[in-house]
Amino acid sequence: MIYLQLFISFIQIGLFSFGGGYAALPLIEHQVIDVNAWLSFTEFTDLVTISQMTPGPIAINAATFVGLKMGGFLGAAVATFGCILPSCIIVSILAYVYMKYKNMAVMQGILKSLRPAVVSLIASAGLSIIIAAVISTSQGYLEVKYDMAVIFILAIILLKVKKMNPVTVMVICGVINTGIYFIL
Amino acid sequence: MENKENKFLKLFLCTFYLSAFTFGGGYVIITLMKKKFVDELGWIDNNEMLDLVAISQSAPGPIAVNGAIMLGYKTAGWAGVFFSVLGTVLPPFIIISIVSLFYEIFKTNIIVRLMLEGMQSGVGAVIAAVVYDMAAGIVKEKSGISISIMIITFICVYFLNVNVMIAIVVCALIGVFRTVFNMRRSK
Repeated sequence: MIYLQLFISFIQIGLFSFGGGYAALPLIEHQVIDVNAWLSFTEFTDLVTISQMTPGPIAINAATFVGLKMGGFLGAAVATFGCILPSCIIVSILAYVYMKYKNMAVMQGILKSLRPAVVSLIASAGLSIIIAAVISTSQGYLEVKYDMAVIFILAIILLKVKKMNPVTVMVICGVINTGIYFIL
Repeated sequence: MENKENKFLKLFLCTFYLSAFTFGGGYVIITLMKKKFVDELGWIDNNEMLDLVAISQSAPGPIAVNGAIMLGYKTAGWAGVFFSVLGTVLPPFIIISIVSLFYEIFKTNIIVRLMLEGMQSGVGAVIAAVVYDMAAGIVKEKSGISISIMIITFICVYFLNVNVMIAIVVCALIGVFRTVFNMRRSK
């Protein structure tokens, strides 16, 4: 029964992937290649490439991709549902507890110390993204991609000075980069 | 009643729209959520947003989905959870279904590659702008401990590659000690 197998495998991926994003990758690999042989290694690499080029969490992308291949549309739906089910249960409980007890002194103390740490976590992830976008590490030495640096600064201006919508800014950046390639 | 239905619809449409543009991992959708639900709609405040991220990060599963659950529950209860999760999951589901059909064409297309490369810079700029606002909020509180936590956590996570979960647990413990210490002192 492929639907049940998909469901059980992706529940495990959803349940044990702490830290989001690429932390889930080895778990997905283990389930879809080693345990179930649903994908070949090449197909798995393709899946990672597709995930990098499309929006959405990698675990959801994997669930849809593998589910479609093994069980069509229903397979994809079942795998995706399995993948988010642990989150839905655990985070709903946490949300309930948070709303109920957030005014308690100890809870306030914990949250007060976590907030600055969270800013740093986002800053750290952001800095890695900026460096990956603006600096090229190909052929062993570092090189600043000037066109990307200009697009980055322009995007900052559009966001902070013009107060433009972030999604619009992202699309503008993509269009400019495409334009530069075809014009220059 | 009509008002409530409008809120569900808006929650679904906003999470759908944000999820469709979340290139590059969980923290990107967090920053987009902050822009939309804190700055634009005012449904939650800045501190609640940071709490929401801390809890999303501490639980298993994709940050985007966890963030959507917290956001949905906070703004519209259990039904809100349903609509915000549906809105977050549908875009990748639809896009992967389409892309896996045309994968070879998609992979080698130069325009797709250039758009994505340019958008990467844009994503970096969005995160930089949001982090600036958030850090300014922390600095404004004028708490030496909070500012120290912010700086030390950044050094540990970015330069020393300390595991994110460890950083969160240690900061939570600092919070417990701070509270107990303050209680003792005020007695």
